[in-house]
Amino acid sequence: MARLNRLQRNRTARSAVLGLPVRRTASRSHISRTSSALRRRIVLGTLVLLSLALITISFREESDGPLHGAQAAVANALQPLEVAVERVARPFRDAYGWTKDLFTARSQNERLKAENEQLQQQVIQNESALQENVNLRALLKYRSSPAFPVDYEGVPAEVIARPSASFDQTIVVSAGSEDGVVPEAPVVTADGLVGTVTSVTDGAARVRLLTDESSAVSALDLRTSAAGIIRHGPSGDSLVLDRVSKKEPIRKGDEIITAGWRSGQLASLYPKGIPIGRVTFVGRLNTDLYQQVLVVSDVDFSALDAVIVLVSKRPAPEFP
Amino acid sequence: MNDNVSVAVFVFVAALLQVTLFASIDVAGGTPDVLVLSLLAIALMRGAVTGAVAGFFGGLLVDVMTLDTLGFSALLFALAGYWTGRYGETTGRDRAHAPLLAVVVVTIAIAFAGLGLHALLGEDVSARRALFDALLPGLALNLLLAGPVWALSRIVLRRPTISDRVTEVRLLG
Repeated sequence: MARLNRLQRNRTARSAVLGLPVRRTASRSHISRTSSALRRRIVLGTLVLLSLALITISFREESDGPLHGAQAAVANALQPLEVAVERVARPFRDAYGWTKDLFTARSQNERLKAENEQLQQQVIQNESALQENVNLRALLKYRSSPAFPVDYEGVPAEVIARPSASFDQTIVVSAGSEDGVVPEAPVVTADGLVGTVTSVTDGAARVRLLTDESSAVSALDLRTSAAGIIRHGPSGDSLVLDRVSKKEPIRKGDEIITAGWRSGQLASLYPKGIPIGRVTFVGRLNTDLYQQVLVVSDVDFSALDAVIVLVSKRPAPEFP
Repeated sequence: MNDNVSVAVFVFVAALLQVTLFASIDVAGGTPDVLVLSLLAIALMRGAVTGAVAGFFGGLLVDVMTLDTLGFSALLFALAGYWTGRYGETTGRDRAHAPLLAVVVVTIAIAFAGLGLHALLGEDVSARRALFDALLPGLALNLLLAGPVWALSRIVLRRPTISDRVTEVRLLG
């Protein structure tokens, strides 16, 4: 209806009678839209050109050029404002950082813990392997050295079990009757005598350590050849050289070795010359029949990893 | 306050906050851009011409404050402001989702265009970082902040209505 009225307003009586076409004038809104679009395009074109010009000049110009100089001047002018805003914003940023850290801390902590545990295990494994390597090398060296007892074959074995209580001074090693190990076979390391095999299975043997209360080894002072019997000492891994006459000039620091005696068909369980330890104390009391000689072994009985079981090459003596 | 002055102040404050505060916020590799959000709000409320001019000067301000190549951000933001303004004047008029759609389109477009412009200038930029690592988190942050910025823009850039003028007259009378 409105459209019809608008058409009728442009239509004169003459034109209606003559049937002439109505000449419509351009609407004001259309003109406005056209000029607005033109203005828009001009503004956009100008801004794009200006931006491209700035980019080109800024990119090609030397750092001490006028445009860079102007940029630096404006940046310097704005700097106090930036600093002020930055100071105001710092607590918020710190709070954000704190919250963010809080969120990431848990997962990070768990990851680092797992990593740390893994690394610790690796370090322990490496150290263990290194120690084992050192021990095995020492054993190998000892087995091929002149100090190794003749007529004996060395069977290397790993310590696979330890006493669960301190009063039980035994270990279990990974060599048994299949390896030629027999009961009463001496057990040594490169540092010295360790003990004696007490029982044997096919693949393992139980060894009574020198520090056990029931151990007794005939021994000699290397310097004086004074004979005695090595027994367990008053405390821990200490040993006592018992039954040594007061006349024997034993001194602190003397080396004690196995005696390895032989008498007819009978022979000591231990070959001669295996180191047992060093004298640390010598006491001579008037009331005692024998000297008090304390000996400390070079073997660390609490940290044994590998040993050598001595298997005699000679046939076992036959008793009637 | 004069309308153009309020727009200018709004852009200035947004650019300042963007450079000093929001640019240092890093969430999953993305950074929010409140200047872009402010420019989009201005363009949607004031039209393409105001959007383009505000974008140009806002970008120029960022280029100056960050000592970047002059005109780089100005070009990107001017085009973004113009497109958003035209979108608001035509298909996006009176549509509730217009601001969010504009945020999505402009954020992605600026990322791609910025990368292209850097490549044209022969500057080394990581496309992987810009398009894969930072774009999606940045877009999510922009969408998250679009609501508050839009609401603030409506308050700051609101034009006085007829009822406001009537009240002023009554008060004067």
